[in-house]
Amino acid sequence: MTVLNARTTASTRANTPATTDTGHQAGDALLTVENLRVSFGPAEVVKGISFTAHAGRCLAIVGESGSGKSVTARTLVGLTGPGSRVQADRITLDPGSPGEGDLTALGERAWRGVRGKEIGFVLQDALVSLDQLRRVGDEVGEPLRLHGWGDRSARTERVVELLESVGVPEPEMRARQRPYELSGGLRQRALIASAIALDPRLLIADEPTTALDVTVQAQVLDLLAASKARGTSIILISHDLSVVARLADDVAVMRHGEIVEYGPTRQVLRRPQHEYTQALLDAVPSEHTRGTRLVRGDAPAAPRKRRPVDRGRPLLDARNLTKVYRGPDGVDRTVVQDVSFELFGGETLGIVGESGSGKTTAAKIALALLAPEGGEVLLRGAAWSTLTQRQRRPLRSRVGVVYQDPLSSFDPRWSVGRILGDALSRGPKPPSSKAETRDRVFRLLEQVGLGAEHLDAGPLRLSGGQRQRVAIARALAPEPELIVCDEPVSALDVSVQAQVLDLLTDLQDDLGVSYLFISHDLGVIHHMSDRVLVMKDGKVVERGTADEIFTRPQHAYTQRLLTALPRLEQAS
Amino acid sequence: MSAVTLDTGPTVARLSARSGVRTARTVALKVVTAVLVLIAAASVTFFAQLLIPGDRATTILNLKTGRAQTYSPSELAPVKAKFGFDHPVLVQYLHYVGGLFKGNLGTSYTQYRPVTQVIGSEIVPSLVLTLLALVVAWVLALTVTLLTVKRGRVATALGSGWESLTASLPPYWIGVVLLVVFSVELRIFPVIGGDGVSGTVLPVLTLAIPLAGFLGQVTRDEFEKVLDQPFITTARTRGMGDTAVRLRHALRHSVIPAITLSGWALGALLSGAVIAENIFGRPGIGQVLVTAVNTRDVPTVSGIVLVVAAVYVVANLLVDLTYRLVDPRLGARS
Repeated sequence: MTVLNARTTASTRANTPATTDTGHQAGDALLTVENLRVSFGPAEVVKGISFTAHAGRCLAIVGESGSGKSVTARTLVGLTGPGSRVQADRITLDPGSPGEGDLTALGERAWRGVRGKEIGFVLQDALVSLDQLRRVGDEVGEPLRLHGWGDRSARTERVVELLESVGVPEPEMRARQRPYELSGGLRQRALIASAIALDPRLLIADEPTTALDVTVQAQVLDLLAASKARGTSIILISHDLSVVARLADDVAVMRHGEIVEYGPTRQVLRRPQHEYTQALLDAVPSEHTRGTRLVRGDAPAAPRKRRPVDRGRPLLDARNLTKVYRGPDGVDRTVVQDVSFELFGGETLGIVGESGSGKTTAAKIALALLAPEGGEVLLRGAAWSTLTQRQRRPLRSRVGVVYQDPLSSFDPRWSVGRILGDALSRGPKPPSSKAETRDRVFRLLEQVGLGAEHLDAGPLRLSGGQRQRVAIARALAPEPELIVCDEPVSALDVSVQAQVLDLLTDLQDDLGVSYLFISHDLGVIHHMSDRVLVMKDGKVVERGTADEIFTRPQHAYTQRLLTALPRLEQAS
Repeated sequence: MSAVTLDTGPTVARLSARSGVRTARTVALKVVTAVLVLIAAASVTFFAQLLIPGDRATTILNLKTGRAQTYSPSELAPVKAKFGFDHPVLVQYLHYVGGLFKGNLGTSYTQYRPVTQVIGSEIVPSLVLTLLALVVAWVLALTVTLLTVKRGRVATALGSGWESLTASLPPYWIGVVLLVVFSVELRIFPVIGGDGVSGTVLPVLTLAIPLAGFLGQVTRDEFEKVLDQPFITTARTRGMGDTAVRLRHALRHSVIPAITLSGWALGALLSGAVIAENIFGRPGIGQVLVTAVNTRDVPTVSGIVLVVAAVYVVANLLVDLTYRLVDPRLGARS
């Protein structure tokens, strides 16, 4: 049960933002939080943070997983969770709210009057944040019903208005559908419509765009900006600094339950004072980070020492690939259509596209895990996709793969040592003795920046970054010429992502391995790739060197992607 | 709000028309499958009775006279003619299966009446008992789940303890205990129940309590998982109270496993009803089955087997339809 104790004697460590240099001086604070502490049992996850939110402004709380940002957000609506203990010198919602605006003193019943009415809350990924079994209209209208707004027919009308106001086309029809029948962008809008149904003065958005494609993300951010312009105060919880740059007026950077830096967005993102903020900013891959390491440490960014790309015969040659799936309604869908590409030795070819663009299907065909309906893939000029399983098996070790979620690709009961030993034994040069296996597993672990202490650990006990390192070590074990990386860093925090990307580029510099690098993240693609394919609806709409694509995009879709991409420089 | 890009895709009208056609086709397919299952069950029982050692006409005459002897062909002939044993086996089989479609389950060896009559008068109390037991089991299971899941350590322990205990109790033991406590000691309900209202309470509870334990256990697991879902948090952030969250959001997501179990339970209850019927002296198909097995009245046994099979089949059809009502995604996917 949540215990809210207002401690009146403790000293205040108010850490209010300095006057903004844009001259955009905030009015009176709408929400004031002073010295908030949250603990679960003995573990203190929020350690005395203070911040204020103002009407018509957006405060972003940024941090990596485990920083305490989401717990903070939930505490602001009194839903910290079971087993938690919340203390604060002050949490007030001014002026004139229930309980004189003092949220620390609210009982459960009074909280219900605040939630949804005074404070709206948007969670990430509407696919799981909306009740899939209820109609969209019922979900959107639920705050209206709970707070006794109007009668049934008035609410039905209001729901349609709300859906319309968040840019949902055909709102009457959409209100009768269920969330799973809507696209990701529409779902997220419906979720926002529900949160703003009663026009709350404060809107808390916890990673509202994390599961979305970049163009949809841009639309949702515009929507939040419009709400801000109408005077709503927004608290944006995010791990993504470029999203923050686009929307927030003030930024609080959280780490291990503390706010390490707090100030106007432009100041924090352009002239960070704290080294952690600086490290976070450095870790964001983009056009500026190409050819350098993302994790800097104290040394200045040193350029990569690349091996020359072998422009002779392509290592992987995909010709006119086509893949058709039959849907449950019996209609054929072409998911990959006439896709051709070449990948040379030591090169990184990036494939970028939004969900449903066919990029992963193209990767599966390249891996020969999926047979194309048309076209073929050659490996070093010889047949690859047309071989039988038996013929292909001796060649398998030449192509490795790293997935987004390594956990699901490991047997959870196997130790790291066994996973890597098994991968070695499947390579072209299987170890002949136990001692040799051990030596080579050690060498692999060392290559990916892990140590002997991880040998006996199971995948469940490793962190996300460590798991991905093991996945890379497993891919490296048979000494492949090519590694297909399918969204290898999408599930990782930005600083861990930076380490893994650095590892991949280091390995390329050392071993000359080629990468077929699939990602939805344009920054990552720009940072990693020599050449880039842009895919949309199963087709390659544009191809070229990374700089050509990102500085002089020719196709309208590429241009749209790049416009939608939030950038750090947008901090205003 | 500035103009926004439209998400293109098929319209709802087209989608729902398509899914309507698909649902109709699926249901039709399931009905055809169900009929085939019943014919298969009838075939198995028909050929199984041919495997029973001894001449059937002799058995029938022995049952009638209460002796064990052999008869002359002239004595056997009228029996063979009455029951159709004088036709080739294949003709008998086709006649039997064909009769099923006309609602003819054959003639009882002991009562010389159509099996449909023998079963017919007894099936209604059994079905009433079974259906009531299922309903009561659901009510008990959902009440315990709604009240105890994630309601603090004590409530959770009490709820899951109750479920484990009741799920592990055999019906015959519950029946005897209920009989002794409520009929013999407290005299609230009659000892010999009959099929009146007051005589139905204890048999229903006898069957419902263990089933409620099973249903509660599977629902509890699901309920716990659902309460951790983000959409539950969303509902709470709208200002919804705990009980409303459970009833309006969590419940519907947690009942699918219990619905699956109910399809099996309905058939099992019907065949298990014999125990409750015996303990409480209640008319029902259980008594008929026991008598028919003891007297080797094969057509009656086959008839009951078919009825139970039919109940299973219908129950599972209903389960499939209920799935679609509870979670429309299940219809869209298959």
